Amino acid sequence: MTQAIPNSRPFIEEFWRGFRAELPLLLGVMPFGMIYGVLALTAGISPAQAQAMSALVFAGSSQFIATQLIAVNAPIYLTVFTILVVNLRHILYSASIAPYLQHLPPIWKVFLPYLLTDEAYAVTIAEFQKHSEVSPTAAHGFFLGAGLTLWGSWQASTAIGVFLGTVVPQNWSLDFTLALTFIAIVVPTLKDRAIVTAAVVASLVAVLAVGLPYKLSLIVAAFCALLAGYFIGER
Amino acid sequence: MTIWLIILFGGITTYLTRLSMILLFSRWKIPAWLQRALRLVPAAVFSAIIAQEVFAPSGKLNLSLNNARILAAIFASGVAWKTRNVLLTILIGMVTLWVFNWLM
Repeated sequence: MTQAIPNSRPFIEEFWRGFRAELPLLLGVMPFGMIYGVLALTAGISPAQAQAMSALVFAGSSQFIATQLIAVNAPIYLTVFTILVVNLRHILYSASIAPYLQHLPPIWKVFLPYLLTDEAYAVTIAEFQKHSEVSPTAAHGFFLGAGLTLWGSWQASTAIGVFLGTVVPQNWSLDFTLALTFIAIVVPTLKDRAIVTAAVVASLVAVLAVGLPYKLSLIVAAFCALLAGYFIGER
Repeated sequence: MTIWLIILFGGITTYLTRLSMILLFSRWKIPAWLQRALRLVPAAVFSAIIAQEVFAPSGKLNLSLNNARILAAIFASGVAWKTRNVLLTILIGMVTLWVFNWLM
């Protein structure tokens, strides 16, 4: 058994440990944020709106998809629903990190989830799980440090992207970086039958249904993929 | 105005997904079936987008050889599988796209 490490580090020290743990991940996040900024402008989103979306939604993949739907003038409810579907995975993060935050006062329980991105979750849960028992003291400082670091870099890279978007010529096909970014995220996860099934079904349906208005094809494809992946993975 | 509403409601729903289980922790556990379904969400959504961007870049299916995005995606997938490096995947994919577009 791992030995229980009494966590007596002060809050500020936890904060800086979280900051340092998050740094290597920024290498992937910063280009992502910049590409988002560029794409947002090509979709007809204003610089202020692009920045506001990074501040309020603060979830890269869904922001990319929102720009696609905005570009084709999809109805509001459909765009918001698509954002919601893409971000449903956060419920899993929320569930897995919840036990470590239960001792905190309500203000923390309400604020910290705002920072619960893929990348902040990844380093924070790894840190929390290292300790064999839940630390009642200052572990949330780590989460805050990691989360704020990511927040700052996301806002900054969006701003850089928005600036570059006005400079980079259209014929560079930079919109293709969206597909490439998702390839980088999805391909390494294609390791069990349920996920592979979901990916294959999603691709087929998305291509076959591409003619549907307002990118409805994306939602249709995602739900077909979830059903197929769920029932085929079951067996 | 439309875009501002999308940002506002998109922000609220996203926050609620993050808050959900931290708030509900002591009252409700995610059932196993839902957990298994949620795990598939990223692969499902992202694959749909990849497929459209690669095979139907301008909203029309293009499976011909002059669609350089197909080759670029294949190269990029190989890099992603081997290295798991996001930056390198994007770089190789874009360079492949540019080179083939230039050759054709």
